[in-house]
Amino acid sequence: MLLGRIIGNVVCTMKDSALVGQKLLIVQPLDRKGRDKGRPVIALDAVGAGTGETIYWCRGKEASFPFLPADLPTEATIVGIVNSVNIPAN
Amino acid sequence: MLIGRVIGDVVATQKVPSHEGRKILVVQPLHRDGADRGDPILALDAVGAGVGERVLLTTDGFSAMTAVGRPNSPIDSAVIGIIDSVDLHGE
Repeated sequence: MLLGRIIGNVVCTMKDSALVGQKLLIVQPLDRKGRDKGRPVIALDAVGAGTGETIYWCRGKEASFPFLPADLPTEATIVGIVNSVNIPAN
Repeated sequence: MLIGRVIGDVVATQKVPSHEGRKILVVQPLHRDGADRGDPILALDAVGAGVGERVLLTTDGFSAMTAVGRPNSPIDSAVIGIIDSVDLHGE
């Protein structure tokens, strides 16, 4: 999984029928210090996250598992809202 | 699998139910000389690893969810071992 911050959302009227009712959020991946790292991705939301929140997200086939038994075409899903990241100084 | 070092953890109250009861570790993958390799990732803990320990990390979803004992859970990486030593022959 990776850390990210939600920076927006995407609206699609025409989409795969399995995605109807799902929120599509834009996630900016973050590095260990909370700085933007790399390009944003579009992810489904399994936890009710909102813009501005720090989250962690899962990649790959496993990203569809929160929605079982439905089989959703997703490669990235937000699976938790982060309260805090604790990295002690080296 | 990769070698990594646990550098911290993440607290998340609101998360998918299948992640509850498992530590979320921040793991820095390492090169063979021990230098940082790329950026840290978040992995669920399957072995009771702690900050500062050198660990074995899987980044395959099936292996990760099997090790953590949560089938059909959205887990794409897990800490599956605590490393005692690494022997590189010929170096």
